Amino acid sequence: MNWSDIGSGADVVRKRINREPLPMLAIGLPWLSIILASMASFSPIIASAPIMPPLAYLMLLGWRMMRPGMLPVWAGLPLGFVDDLYSGQPFGSGILLWSISMLAMEIIDERFLWRSFAQDWLAASLLTTGYLTACAVLAGFVTGYPLPFVIVPQVLMSVMFFPVVTGVIALLDRVRLLPLKRL
Amino acid sequence: MARSKDRRPGYSRRAQYGIFTGYVIALLGVVAGVIVLVMSLINPDAFSFARSSAAEVARPMGQASAKGRATSQSVFGAIGAYFNAGQQNTDLRREVDAARANAVSMQSLQDENRRLKALLGIVDPVRKPVATVHLIGSTASSTRRFAVIDAGSNQGVKPGFPVRAASGLIGRVIEVGPDTARVLLVTDPENVVPVRRANDGLAAFVQGASNGRIDIRLINMGVNPVKKGDVFVTSGSGGLYPPGIPVAVATDPHRDGAIGHLAADPANNEFVIVEPSYQAQAAAQLQQIAKDGEGTAAETP
Repeated sequence: MNWSDIGSGADVVRKRINREPLPMLAIGLPWLSIILASMASFSPIIASAPIMPPLAYLMLLGWRMMRPGMLPVWAGLPLGFVDDLYSGQPFGSGILLWSISMLAMEIIDERFLWRSFAQDWLAASLLTTGYLTACAVLAGFVTGYPLPFVIVPQVLMSVMFFPVVTGVIALLDRVRLLPLKRL
Repeated sequence: MARSKDRRPGYSRRAQYGIFTGYVIALLGVVAGVIVLVMSLINPDAFSFARSSAAEVARPMGQASAKGRATSQSVFGAIGAYFNAGQQNTDLRREVDAARANAVSMQSLQDENRRLKALLGIVDPVRKPVATVHLIGSTASSTRRFAVIDAGSNQGVKPGFPVRAASGLIGRVIEVGPDTARVLLVTDPENVVPVRRANDGLAAFVQGASNGRIDIRLINMGVNPVKKGDVFVTSGSGGLYPPGIPVAVATDPHRDGAIGHLAADPANNEFVIVEPSYQAQAAAQLQQIAKDGEGTAAETP
C-alpha cells in the first residue's frame, strides 16, 4: 500500500533519468476508467434486453488483479455508488456488491498467492456470475417478478469478455505509467 | 503472474493502522450498501435526485452517441441499399402504385369523416406532443429496463407521460430532471400496459419479460383465442396511455396468453415523442364537453 512505489512504476517502465509518471495520471486513471465504464450505459446501444456485460465491474476486477493494492480495499464504496447512479439497479446494490467483491478479492489474494491468468479468469468468472445473479435477484425484489434465466447470455458474454477487458487495462496501465513529469 | 505484495507491514504502527482502517471502511461500505439498498427497496424514488443529476452530467455524452448511432445506421443502410438497389426499385414502384390507390380511398374516407364529424359537432382533440426527443442512454447491463431521454422538466416533461415512437409504444416517464428524464421501457417487468387486440378488442395486458420480449396475458381465461401475428394496441384504460398505440405483436401463443415482440424496438428509433398523459387529456375533453353542454340544456322527453 505504498503509493510512491506504485506511482514511480520503476518495475514497469524503464525510468529515464529525469522523468517520472504524472502522479495524477498514475493514481487517477484506474478510478477514472472505472467511472467512465459505469457511464457506458450512455452509449449508442439502446438495449431492450440486458445484453451488455457489466463493463465497470469487469474493469474493477481487472484493475484489482493487475495491480493488487493499488485500489484500496474500500474502493467498492465510492465506485459502487457511481455505478448505482447509472446502472438502473436499485440504489445501494452497487455499493453493497462491489464492497463485498473487493473483500472477496482480498481473500482470494490471501489464499492463492501465485496465480496464472487462467486462475484469475476463473476467479473473475465466478465473481461476475455471482454479481449478475445477485443483481437480478435484487431487481426482481423491486419488480416482484423474478427472472432467473434472463441473465444467462449476459453471464456467458461477460465471462468471454473478461480477457478483452484485461487487455484494455494493460494498455491503460502503460498509459498510466508514461514518464511525463519532468523532475 | 507475480504474487501480490505481502500485506504485513512489519512493525510500523502507522502502516498497520492504515491497513486496519482500510478494512473498517470496506466493511462500513457493506453496511452502508445494505442500508441504502433497504431504503431504496422500500421507497424506489428515494434517490431519484442523485440519479437525475448524474444523468444530467452524462447528457452531452449520450447526445453525441445518439448522433453517432443515427450516422452509423445510415451508413450501414446506404451500403445495404447499394447491394439490393434493383430489387428495391421494383418493390418501391409497386408500393407507390398501391399507395396511390390507397391515398385516393383515404381521401374520400377523410372527407366523409370530416362531414360526419361536422354533422355531430365533435371537436377533434388534437394530441400535441410535449417534446420530440432522442433516446440518449439505456441500462444495457441491468435486468431493469430504463432509458434516458434528453428532455426534462424544462421542456414540460412530467412523470407518467407516455413515450412513443412512430411505430408503437416505448414506455412511460418515471423520473424527471431539468433536461433529462428516465423512461421505464415496455420491456421492464414493472411496466404493465392494458391492451386490446386491434381487430376485435379482446382485452389483455402486457408485461415486460426483460429479455426484449413481452408477455401478453388475457384478462378472460378460457380457450386461448390469440393467434400468431395478432397486433395488440393500448386500450386506454387506466388513463396513462392514450388508446390505439401499437404495443406488441403476438409471436408464440401459449396456454393463457402469448409471448410477443415489441411493435417499436427502442434500438431502431432515433427520435421518440413524449405525449401528455391521457388522463389529463381526457379530463380536459370532459370539461370541454361539459362547457359545451351548458349552452344546450338537455331535452326532457
